[in-house]
Amino acid sequence: MDGFSGAVSAAFGLLAALDPELTGIVGLSLAVSLGATVTACALGMPLGALLAVARFPGRGLLAAMISALMGLPPVVAGLAVYLMLSASGPLGPLGLLYTPTAMVIAQTLLVLPIVAALTRETVAALHDEYDELLRSMNAGRMFALGTLLVDARFALTTAALAGFGRALAEVGAVMIVGGNIAHATRVMTTAIALETSKGELALALALGAVLVALSALIHGAVALLRNRAEGPAHA
Amino acid sequence: MTEGDRILPFPGRRAPGETSDAPAIPTLPEPAPTLEGVVLLRGGRRLLDGLTLRLPGHGITALMGPNGAGKSLSLRVMAGLVRPDLGQVRSIAIATSLVFQRPVLLRRSVRANLDHALRAARVPRRERPGRVAELLGLGALEGLADQPARALSGGEAQRLALVRALAVRPRLLLLDEPTASLDPRSTAAIERLAARVAEEATEVVLVTHDPGQAARMADRIIFMHRGRDVETAPAAAFLDRPETPAARAYLDGRLLI
Repeated sequence: MDGFSGAVSAAFGLLAALDPELTGIVGLSLAVSLGATVTACALGMPLGALLAVARFPGRGLLAAMISALMGLPPVVAGLAVYLMLSASGPLGPLGLLYTPTAMVIAQTLLVLPIVAALTRETVAALHDEYDELLRSMNAGRMFALGTLLVDARFALTTAALAGFGRALAEVGAVMIVGGNIAHATRVMTTAIALETSKGELALALALGAVLVALSALIHGAVALLRNRAEGPAHA
Repeated sequence: MTEGDRILPFPGRRAPGETSDAPAIPTLPEPAPTLEGVVLLRGGRRLLDGLTLRLPGHGITALMGPNGAGKSLSLRVMAGLVRPDLGQVRSIAIATSLVFQRPVLLRRSVRANLDHALRAARVPRRERPGRVAELLGLGALEGLADQPARALSGGEAQRLALVRALAVRPRLLLLDEPTASLDPRSTAAIERLAARVAEEATEVVLVTHDPGQAARMADRIIFMHRGRDVETAPAAAFLDRPETPAARAYLDGRLLI
């Protein structure tokens, strides 16, 4: 290793050559975090919409719990999923520990509260505004809910992107349940942690650059959508 | 209240083929009330206090009265949005449309707002483009069809809300102060549109504070005060010589308590 400048130029080399190890790690990261985001949206958006529109006992408590879980530390999410999937845990026989599936489950646990809470907030505000109109149209309940979700489209996309950003950036959960196994469960964040501790800065720097670029892209998209959602045509 | 319980559009009309001096079908002296003895309580106050409204089944009826008389609330009861604590609602809810004072438009294009209303009214897909075009034409909104509805001016937005309310081809169209925040030109456009709707088979009920608007548009006026129907009369007669002291005070601009 010939110091920091050497590491930087080596990192550029890896990026420029689309080094297979680098692209493999980035690919797995995207696949796991995308899988977690899709799963969290599939579960969290209906849940958030239900909390916004339906009236049932315990609704307030459930909403408060979900909001509180938005700040769940990733290592704790990882620990919880580890306990479920470990050999002596209730889901141990499935043999999922240290697989990408386990990583998807752990990140879903992190993303779901974000998606559900943001969906609930947005849909509740729209429901207040549209409720009388939709009832005066004699629209059915499912039709009304569909209308709310379509009109919340920008905010819901923002929620999904925010969740995806969180999933991509976290280390603790995937480290615990994935085990950072090369070519199997090694993703960008866990690879950066490992390579840095080994003193192999080139790969760490290259992955760090990709991660920062993706994060900037996601937050740029969120800002753009927010502009659109708060613009005169939509607000 | 059930949706099958309908108001006869023209009570007293003879069945075809009958002679004028043999009324085999008993004629009703008065239309069946749309609201009868309706009471609505909120926090111990009687917001509607035994309200009975008889609508003739055609033309334009204006509801007038001071703020808090229960005019908007009675529209909401007729539209099935608010359930009264007591009394009868003869509802034609499925064929009733309500236009709010402040239009609530979806965060979509003008065209998509109309298409949404047609879908809500279960109009088959292949008929919808034609009906959308028809409604756009009626509201003089053709040039704005692809604009975001939320970016329309106040007058355009209310025209859209009105033609959207016609998507169900309502038998009863309820207008809650539709021109309250509009300039004279936009007001005239809404009035023309409502008058045109009333000329066809749709009955119109209009809440207004403007005696000029009532004179221009209404056939009859129902004056409400403190949640009750106080006076019902042909528009010209009411505006000229109101019978009750409350209506006189209201039209003279005196404070009504």
